[in-house]
Amino acid sequence: MNGHSHGSVLMRHEVGLHARPSVKLTKLAKSFRSRIDLGLSADGPWIDAKSIVKVMAAKAPKDTVLHFRAEGDDAAAAVSALVGLVERDFGDGD
Amino acid sequence: MAIEERRQGRAAAPGLASGPLLILDDGATSARVAGAPLQEDAALRAAMAAAAGDLAALVAGAGDDEAAGVLAFQMALLEDDALTEAAFAAIAEGTPADVAFRAALDAQVADYAAAEDAYFRARAADLEDLRDRVLRRLAGVDDRALPGDAILVARDLPPSRFLAVPWSGGGLALGRGSATSHVAILARARGVPMVVGADVGGLLDGTPALLDGDAGTLVLRPDAATSAAFADQRAERAERRAFEAGFLAKPAVTADGERVRVMVNIAGPDDLATLDPAHVDGVGLVRTEFLFHGRDRLPDEEEQLAVYRRILDWAGGRPVTIRTLDAGGDKPVPGLTRPGESNPFLGVRGVRLSLRRPDVFLVQLRALARAATSGNLKVMVPMVSLPEELRRCRTLLDEALAALAAAGVPAARPPLGMMVEVPAAALAVAAFDADFLSIGSNDLIQYTMAASRDEPDLADLAEPSPAVVELIARVAAHGAATGREVSLCGDLGGEPGHLPMLLGAGLRTLSMAPPAVAAIKAAVGRWKAAP
Repeated sequence: MNGHSHGSVLMRHEVGLHARPSVKLTKLAKSFRSRIDLGLSADGPWIDAKSIVKVMAAKAPKDTVLHFRAEGDDAAAAVSALVGLVERDFGDGD
Repeated sequence: MAIEERRQGRAAAPGLASGPLLILDDGATSARVAGAPLQEDAALRAAMAAAAGDLAALVAGAGDDEAAGVLAFQMALLEDDALTEAAFAAIAEGTPADVAFRAALDAQVADYAAAEDAYFRARAADLEDLRDRVLRRLAGVDDRALPGDAILVARDLPPSRFLAVPWSGGGLALGRGSATSHVAILARARGVPMVVGADVGGLLDGTPALLDGDAGTLVLRPDAATSAAFADQRAERAERRAFEAGFLAKPAVTADGERVRVMVNIAGPDDLATLDPAHVDGVGLVRTEFLFHGRDRLPDEEEQLAVYRRILDWAGGRPVTIRTLDAGGDKPVPGLTRPGESNPFLGVRGVRLSLRRPDVFLVQLRALARAATSGNLKVMVPMVSLPEELRRCRTLLDEALAALAAAGVPAARPPLGMMVEVPAAALAVAAFDADFLSIGSNDLIQYTMAASRDEPDLADLAEPSPAVVELIARVAAHGAATGREVSLCGDLGGEPGHLPMLLGAGLRTLSMAPPAVAAIKAAVGRWKAAP
């Protein structure tokens, strides 16, 4: 059964959505079955959150609000996990 | 018939090397016979899988967090269909796999290289590295262990590959690169002769060659006379080095018995691994930029403190001068320096940047004040031009000390000094409230002569002119008159040919790259104040 889910979160990471955060974000996104998109504004444009090439190409700087939308049977879990990752500042320092 | 051929580049690291050429192939020159689209598709998939295997093996042995981060990024790229879909589409239409993959990656590289943000631009090198790794696999070249006794030739070389070579008498010739590049600094620190800016096209593996890192020359198929002259020169230098090595463990004393303090410049604790602290009078310059490079967040107080303590522990009570962050100019730091300055050497760099980012600067000052309890630490501020800038640094140091005291964290006040590298500071040196002064000759020359030190065509202007000598003497005289220590920590300090000028100007403390210590101590022993 298909669900839709949306979420947004302010990214505080010092240099923005760069290599290491992007690796973590796409890895986490790929662990869900849902289709997941990332946008830098609430109405897109949307990019595939599972593609590091596309996520890096968004060149999101610090203090950007990241929007996620997901569609699939684990959509809600996916969005909440991704929002959590950004909130934890990509788990740096772990 | 072998005919001698010379290829002139620019000197990047001194010394002489001889050996067979080894061309580090980035895949560009290998002749691959392309098959049908289906075979090409399979060949590229196999090469990518092999490259992924190489990366996985490297991650296991990476050891350090930053290197592992780069490798993880490259592996994630390889797993992403978006990276290669254009390549596979081109292959389906009959393009050979290597051509298609190169084109797909080059498009990505170009996108990163054109980015405004320095951090993104730096990722272009990671993508090139990945591209070449896959192309090498596609060409059937696996990651050879590189010999340390050959003359390695490449268009460019990432520091990681330089560090993987067990250097033993070999040398390095690059088509691109500059004498101030990271690899050139590594080559000088490890005594590997290196030439940059040479024409490296059309060379063949195994060609006998000589490389002169002082003259910036690569000689191919040397004839008997050239080889003999080269061998003589090499023997003479080896003899001189052996003679100089005799001075290494002794204090530097002039021919008339005056003590000169010889210190080292380092870019991080790794530079100390092969160095005996008993051979030097201290560390005259610790560059802290390494803490901020090649990473995606700024180092916190604890991390900085641990590194500063490691260096102080090594020095064992000898003075250690740590320079606060000198970002900007040719040393961008992502998230900190300003991208797109039209003239970064005259822009917001060094102390100018630190004072505009007190949040970042205070973290470093707190770490330094805490480290000051563990040894003989001094703090030096780069690029000071006005007395007010140093005063504001002192105020921030006071603030850091007060906050640490209020929180009950052990700390001490280190002496606060400055680099003298802007002519304005040298001319008005008496106006600065500095506990000590250290002349940064590289920038002082470049700013006095209005000549970029990277411009080979202006090499004559990069030599210390009478104007530069006068500025150095003025700073030394001010130090002598007011009892302030004055040292010099630029490249001049490590060049025996300039030593009489520096000692004649009154300097008695010099800081240099570690390989220069023995030669400078020997040269000090030949010098006399009164002729």
